Amino acid sequence: MKRAATFSENFRELGLLVFIVILCAAFQIRNHNFLTLSNIRDLLADTAILGILSVGMMMVLLTAGIDLSIGATLALAGMVSALTVFAIPTISPALSLLEGIAIGVAAGALIGLLISRFNVLPIIATLGFMNILRGITYVVSGGAWVSSYQMSDGFKSLASGTVLGVRGLVLIAVVIFVIFAYFINHTRTGRQIYAVGSNAAAADISGIPRRRIILLVYVIMGALAGLAGVLWVAKFASAQGDTATGYELSVIAATVLGGVSISGGSGKVSGLILGTILLGILNNALPLINVSPFWQQAIQGVVILAAVLTNVIVKRNNQRIALRRRAI
Amino acid sequence: MREDLLKESTDVADRILELNHITKTFPGVTALDDVHFDLIQGEIHALIGENGAGKSTLIKVITGVYEPDSGQILLEGKPVRFHGPADSQRAGIAAIYQHVTCYPDLSVTENIFIGHEKVHPLTRKIDWRDLRQRAAELLERLDADFGPRTIMGNLSVAQQQIVEIAKALSTNARIIIMDEPTAPLTNRESEDLYRITESLRDKGASIIFISHRMEDMYRLATRVTVYRDARYVGTWPLAGKKREELIMAMVGREITQFFPKRSVTIGEEILSVRNLSRTGYFKDVSFSVHKGEILAITGLIGAGRTEVCEAIYGVTHPDSGEIALDGKPIQVTGPADSIRHGIGYLPEDRLRQGLVLQWELFRNVTLPTLGSFTTAGWLNTLREQAVTKELTEKLEVRASSVFDLAGTLSGGNQQKIIVAKLLAGTMKVIILDEPTKGVDVGAKTAIFRIMNDLAAQGYGIIMVSSEMPEVLGMSDRILVMKEGKVAAFLDTHTATQEQILSAAVPGSGAA
Repeated sequence: MKRAATFSENFRELGLLVFIVILCAAFQIRNHNFLTLSNIRDLLADTAILGILSVGMMMVLLTAGIDLSIGATLALAGMVSALTVFAIPTISPALSLLEGIAIGVAAGALIGLLISRFNVLPIIATLGFMNILRGITYVVSGGAWVSSYQMSDGFKSLASGTVLGVRGLVLIAVVIFVIFAYFINHTRTGRQIYAVGSNAAAADISGIPRRRIILLVYVIMGALAGLAGVLWVAKFASAQGDTATGYELSVIAATVLGGVSISGGSGKVSGLILGTILLGILNNALPLINVSPFWQQAIQGVVILAAVLTNVIVKRNNQRIALRRRAI
Repeated sequence: MREDLLKESTDVADRILELNHITKTFPGVTALDDVHFDLIQGEIHALIGENGAGKSTLIKVITGVYEPDSGQILLEGKPVRFHGPADSQRAGIAAIYQHVTCYPDLSVTENIFIGHEKVHPLTRKIDWRDLRQRAAELLERLDADFGPRTIMGNLSVAQQQIVEIAKALSTNARIIIMDEPTAPLTNRESEDLYRITESLRDKGASIIFISHRMEDMYRLATRVTVYRDARYVGTWPLAGKKREELIMAMVGREITQFFPKRSVTIGEEILSVRNLSRTGYFKDVSFSVHKGEILAITGLIGAGRTEVCEAIYGVTHPDSGEIALDGKPIQVTGPADSIRHGIGYLPEDRLRQGLVLQWELFRNVTLPTLGSFTTAGWLNTLREQAVTKELTEKLEVRASSVFDLAGTLSGGNQQKIIVAKLLAGTMKVIILDEPTKGVDVGAKTAIFRIMNDLAAQGYGIIMVSSEMPEVLGMSDRILVMKEGKVAAFLDTHTATQEQILSAAVPGSGAA
């Protein structure tokens, strides 16, 4: 029994890959420093945090939810961990990471409870928490920054340290992607996440603990945002009240670029990786080829819409193929 | 006055509406087969028939929702063609549907005039003051106890129906169609509705009244038309027509469908339900199912059949009562529990609740029982596919492979996939809610055969069905529900359609 129409189902990912290759070639022609080893390393390091967050966002979107609070969660976790490092410079970096994750889990759990138990719409619940968490960040910091010289070297090495020539930051992102790919594709819970977003009524009838699944995805999202917060602060060696303001929208953009549907139930890990890399390249390369910063944003917007439009067209085509197959 | 009306009923000139030789088909189904209907100016005319007899389709033809394939509609003797509900509304026809079709967040005024608001010719501004005043007048005419500014969602069902009637009046309708308006109402509310209906008639409206309740019909109507299996049976004056005669006219057909023979020995009791109640839905329902037995639960739509099944399966929670499996009481807090205990459920609304249409067959089949396909946290996809392949072959699903998307299968095959979902686990009792709804005749027979096989393997089967031939042809025992209660328990070998129907129809007193 061989799976039919593999090509058309993977067409989207292939298309994205081809698009990335063409884009890279074009950038390379404009600026020969684009495809150097050091720039690729920078690019990956810059994209790692985006990737970590997009993993969480994909799970949230799969359940037909959305999380607007992650920029604020990230900022709060980063700020608290930076303040802790400032107060206790001897604290181990691993403990800092755990601290950030714990804060993220707490925020995610509260959001998840609001959505799963009290039926608050995800966009509303996370919009509220976006403001609450951002406010708390300013309160705990008193509006002040934590700067590079106030952080221990061990803490900063979380982002700058290398293992076998690969930045620790990138390594963490890769590990998260591997675990996530396993989780979403090969475990029962992963399948149930897809089911909840595809058809909530059918999931209920099939005995799937829908509310628990929804709580779970927001907790995971929060944990990843907390982790990302610590890494962000370590990378930029600075914790500020307005850290990552609006970053949630970049994450959603990367996820959607990767073919994850906002209406829930569909999306692939391979697409997510490509979408994240594509957005990372746009962020990194446009300044390199001297595109005016004013145009950079507009170009990003156009690329996102083009990708989503392609997605719609490919899906329609797939449906037609599926219908044709119906006539056995 | 009524006698005058009857005498004149043969006089074509008095017919405000007449339908001749109307046929309407949908892919695979003939919904109306060469039917007739006529309505006399100023009468209340009852239209009755079993579920699926074609009443609702007829209404939709009259209101222009459907265009008939062939046949003629005469309005006051002149042939008309309606291309949409707007056409029939303009011609003075309004329908009040079974399920109130309102906008719950808008006010009563907005609901009444939606679609035909009065606007200023230049500015296009809606003249709310005028509309509110007209709404208030209409409500007063109907003796409503609420005002035009009330939000629709805050009204009771009976009050919402009054709004629907006001909406019909606001279009100056001369012909008003009421599709089972009393079904959701209490006796007192029904009494109010009778009064309103009669006063509408006295003011010159002609009314088509569809109802399952015999008392509605005898209380209000002068004439009755019976439909059966998409065909016209006849029209009679109600005076002097006995209830039994009408029931006979509604069901009087032979069982022509094919039901496979079976020889099953019925074993010990598996499932027992004692005094199950859920406020507002059903009360004191008790029954049991044995190994190898097919128990049919029948009754009219809204009698509480589906609700009982959903409560057993754990979709909803009963207020009181006891469910026991193999003699041991079980606690069911959700479908996950009942699946674990071995109770499987095939929902009536299979597109919404049964399948994830954009998923492959194998992912659908294993969804309720993913746990048994998981080893050390790893989902064994190959085994999922193998089990699905085996089940789909056993159930003779027409699909090219287990990778076909569920949405691409036909209705009957989709139904088989849902059955496969149940069989992927270790079930003892299987509840099938309208298993043959929307599937063609060939697939029906296949589903019947599968049911028999399952019974032979020792499953206990509960089949909810509205279709009399199916109930009589497939089951061992029949539970008839009426208005949320058990109305009768019948042995299939001795039961007749008439017995079932008179137990099921409210107001017929046979309970």
